[in-house]
Amino acid sequence: MTRRYSALSLFKEGLAGQTGWQPAWRSPEPKPSYDAIVIGGGGHGLATAYYLAKNHNIARVAVLERGWIGGGNTGRNTTVVRSNYYYPASVELYGLAHRLYEGLSKDLNYNVMLSQRGMVNLCHSTAEMEIGARTVNAMQINGIDAELFSPDDVRRVAPIYNFSPDARFPVFGGIWQGRAGTARHDAVAWGYARAASRLGVDIIQNCEITDFIIEGGRCRGVQTSRGAIRAERIGMAVAGHSSVLAAKAGFRLPINSYALQACVSEPVKPILDTVVLSPGCGVYVSQSDKGEIVIGGGLDRIPSYAQRGNLPTLEAVIAGLLEMFPIFGQLKLMRQWAGIVDVVPDSSPIIGESPLPGLFLNCGWGTGGFKAIPAGGTLLAQLLASGKHNDISRPFDLDRFASGRLIDEAAGSGIAH
Amino acid sequence: MQLFPCPFCGPRDETEFHFGGDAGNARPDGADVPIERWANYLYLRANPKGTAREIWVHMNCGEFFVMERDTVTHKVLSSAALGGEHAA
Repeated sequence: MTRRYSALSLFKEGLAGQTGWQPAWRSPEPKPSYDAIVIGGGGHGLATAYYLAKNHNIARVAVLERGWIGGGNTGRNTTVVRSNYYYPASVELYGLAHRLYEGLSKDLNYNVMLSQRGMVNLCHSTAEMEIGARTVNAMQINGIDAELFSPDDVRRVAPIYNFSPDARFPVFGGIWQGRAGTARHDAVAWGYARAASRLGVDIIQNCEITDFIIEGGRCRGVQTSRGAIRAERIGMAVAGHSSVLAAKAGFRLPINSYALQACVSEPVKPILDTVVLSPGCGVYVSQSDKGEIVIGGGLDRIPSYAQRGNLPTLEAVIAGLLEMFPIFGQLKLMRQWAGIVDVVPDSSPIIGESPLPGLFLNCGWGTGGFKAIPAGGTLLAQLLASGKHNDISRPFDLDRFASGRLIDEAAGSGIAH
Repeated sequence: MQLFPCPFCGPRDETEFHFGGDAGNARPDGADVPIERWANYLYLRANPKGTAREIWVHMNCGEFFVMERDTVTHKVLSSAALGGEHAA
């Protein structure tokens, strides 16, 4: 009966032949009603359920997942955690997520393998350096760690970059965030699932939403492939499929869905111990703990729900990678995949009540949802518990599109949208 | 690499095309359009999973047209020149 992970429990299980471990989370049958329902068993949905139980003492919660938990974008990203944003509203949001990530392994009693190896956004011209200085100033004013890197600084953290005099994208410097890094993406989902389950949350997989139960103009539950489930407050955190569920609920969202691709190479010995992003090359890259080179780039050019990506974008990403690191020319790609991301015109998420009362949104994270999981969960949980925004989520309400108070973080997201 | 059918130039490489939004999303007309109507026009999208009717532009010839395609399989179902139907 070993439930809690520790050096002592590991030692005891070693002596007992590893026979006492329990499943990390329960898989109960759905009940007919709950205090709250969370649609979507990815990072944001699982985090929402966990914080509902932990921060608000609401544990009669169901997480409904169409497939398996963490099988969507949580398992398809490039694992980067950072908070190098420009506008104060974004800094509050991503800064909250970053701080929670730093204590997450302890909080969840689950090692999410946060590795704060630092991240550099490269600048390739004097004009980009001026923008870089402006971004660093904004980050520092907003209380986020940032440093303006010289070419020598970049050479120190990424010596294998193409510094040759005829490089197509020479390095003029960069924006450095030392607290940025990577975390094990599956562990984030599994850790939240385990911690939420232990607090009483029901995690129900293979449970597809077929319709919403709407009575008296309010959302009062969902019809699912496993029967009707009722709750007075329902949150949805379904990333690329937000528009599909919104259509079932009778409204539209300011979202286009695109595929975002990534790929990894075969594992190699340690050669790159930081995260490097080049806006000029349209590529960001890091090395996983297993040794694979993890490569990400821009969105596909075609709105899509196909979780596979297209070849022209992959070619552009690989071409950019080889501009940055000619040494990678010998690498073999091992896997390529895509996740469906929900892209909003101002590249900022939507958090707040939907046009259907009782149904709350956590969506529109676009290409950067993974780094925000603890904040998205905290804020959606607070909305579900109280029905009200707090100061951090208020600017991200859906009403900003009618009022014109957009938070244009296209630059903060680091890649072209 | 996918080929898209331009109604004017025939099948061409997908990289020559640019997505232009939902077909049928007509620009509001008149002096007293409510704010919500402007916001709907500017920002809200159908974004269907499955069959979608969309405006595309073939950047090489500069023509806009309506393409019907499946957003899951990427199969193109039809492609036609704009005949005022975008306002429908």
